[in-house]
Amino acid sequence: MIELHDVVVAYDSRVILDSINLTIADGETLVVLGGSGSGKSTLLRLLIGLQRPTSGQIIVDGIDITTISEEEFNKVRQKMGMVFQYSALFDSMNVGENVAFGLRQHTQKSETEIFDIVSERLGWVGLSGYESYMPNELSGGMKKRVSLARAIALDPTLILYDEPSSGLDPITSGTISMLIRGMQERLGCTSVVVTHDMQSAFYVADRIALLDKGRFVEISTAEEFKHSSHPKVQQFINGEAEAIDIVTRGDI
Amino acid sequence: MNVFEVLGRKVINGLSQVGTAMLLIWQTIKQLRMLNIWHVLQQMAHLGVDSLPIISLTLLFAGGVMTLQITDVLIKYGAQSTVGGLMAVAMGRELGPILVGVVLAGRVGAAITAEIGTMKVTEQIDALRVMAVNPIAYLVVPRVVACMLMVPILAFYGVVIGIGGGYFVATSIKGLAPTTYLDSIQMFSTISDFTLGLVKSSVFGAVIALVGAYKGMQTKMGAEAVGFSTTSSVVTSIILVFVLNYFLSSLLY
Repeated sequence: MIELHDVVVAYDSRVILDSINLTIADGETLVVLGGSGSGKSTLLRLLIGLQRPTSGQIIVDGIDITTISEEEFNKVRQKMGMVFQYSALFDSMNVGENVAFGLRQHTQKSETEIFDIVSERLGWVGLSGYESYMPNELSGGMKKRVSLARAIALDPTLILYDEPSSGLDPITSGTISMLIRGMQERLGCTSVVVTHDMQSAFYVADRIALLDKGRFVEISTAEEFKHSSHPKVQQFINGEAEAIDIVTRGDI
Repeated sequence: MNVFEVLGRKVINGLSQVGTAMLLIWQTIKQLRMLNIWHVLQQMAHLGVDSLPIISLTLLFAGGVMTLQITDVLIKYGAQSTVGGLMAVAMGRELGPILVGVVLAGRVGAAITAEIGTMKVTEQIDALRVMAVNPIAYLVVPRVVACMLMVPILAFYGVVIGIGGGYFVATSIKGLAPTTYLDSIQMFSTISDFTLGLVKSSVFGAVIALVGAYKGMQTKMGAEAVGFSTTSSVVTSIILVFVLNYFLSSLLY
């Protein structure tokens, strides 16, 4: 279980996350929506420890990750996986080496066992036989899938997805959404998905949270979210948020 | 913003950079216990062997031109028997280490910054951290150790090539007898002229790798930032090699 208590992230006078509270149950898929600069990527960076909060507590499986050292955090991270917005594959390694990286770093498995796991995970994401390809030989969607295979290599209990469908065509985006749902069902892991893609959000989410100006304005099930009367939710679903904000600022 | 605010910001910014650099050095020392010999060997091969052609050319011509300039003067004063010794001492103590240091600051330092900087802007460094791998232990330590070991080897090679270049010019162009040049090396130079030069080279290697890694890690977003960091890395390394060379020479000789 993941709990966030009064988490604040601020740079000088600029507040990115403003005293947010959130609980994510084991095995749940939470989708975090929000406009650009709403703080959703910061939320992911906090959960994986790439950034520490200005104040507040984040508890992952009973461990307060805001106070532990980097070495202690590394033990927690071994149970986490992350799919980056731009995949972040190691470009000096081929696909197989990318997926095997965590296994080679953190386990004593033999090369045969590692090979079997890499083949299996690549099979799960529909990329069997791509072990020897270099990242620059892959399309954007394939890179995302390799990134997912790398993230699940160590059987994580928590997977974080940062804009998994950004920059992808609708068909590939749909494939990625199916994979996210599939991984949750196959591994029973907790997933946190940050996205702009409403279709994907409704497909993968158990619950959806909407961040606006560093605060959650709505956290509800996908069905409840669709019918929420909150104006920000409706703006976001109907794609009106940007226009209304611009009008409010008097830019047009 | 008045002049004191501008000055204050510059001082704070400068101190912050020095602090970050010191932290990187401290973390590199701390992570030495995690040293992966295989990674060090890979880096030595990558950074060292690939540098042989440029070092050969640079030191060959540097040795040649120096001999070209000094031989006439020394012959004029009847000191032709000192040409080889002078070349060996100059190459072993100063020219070899510093020329190799400068060449490698340009080649190796730039490569380290560009590689780590690109990894930074494409989130690969974040990916390492997410996968519970310390980027300092994985990226910086092997490069620093490889440079500390490889730069002295390359400097020694460069010194031999430089003396060889001098030998060719002295004997083929200036008409000096080969034995005069070779005997002179034996007579005027000592082992410490070479070994202390190699000690300096090892320090230069550490500086080049640390500056390269620091500038790479500090790269901001975008391709332009990688270019900026790389240029800054080369300039900083070359300046530090010259400054440190003065102090190390004062200390060692």
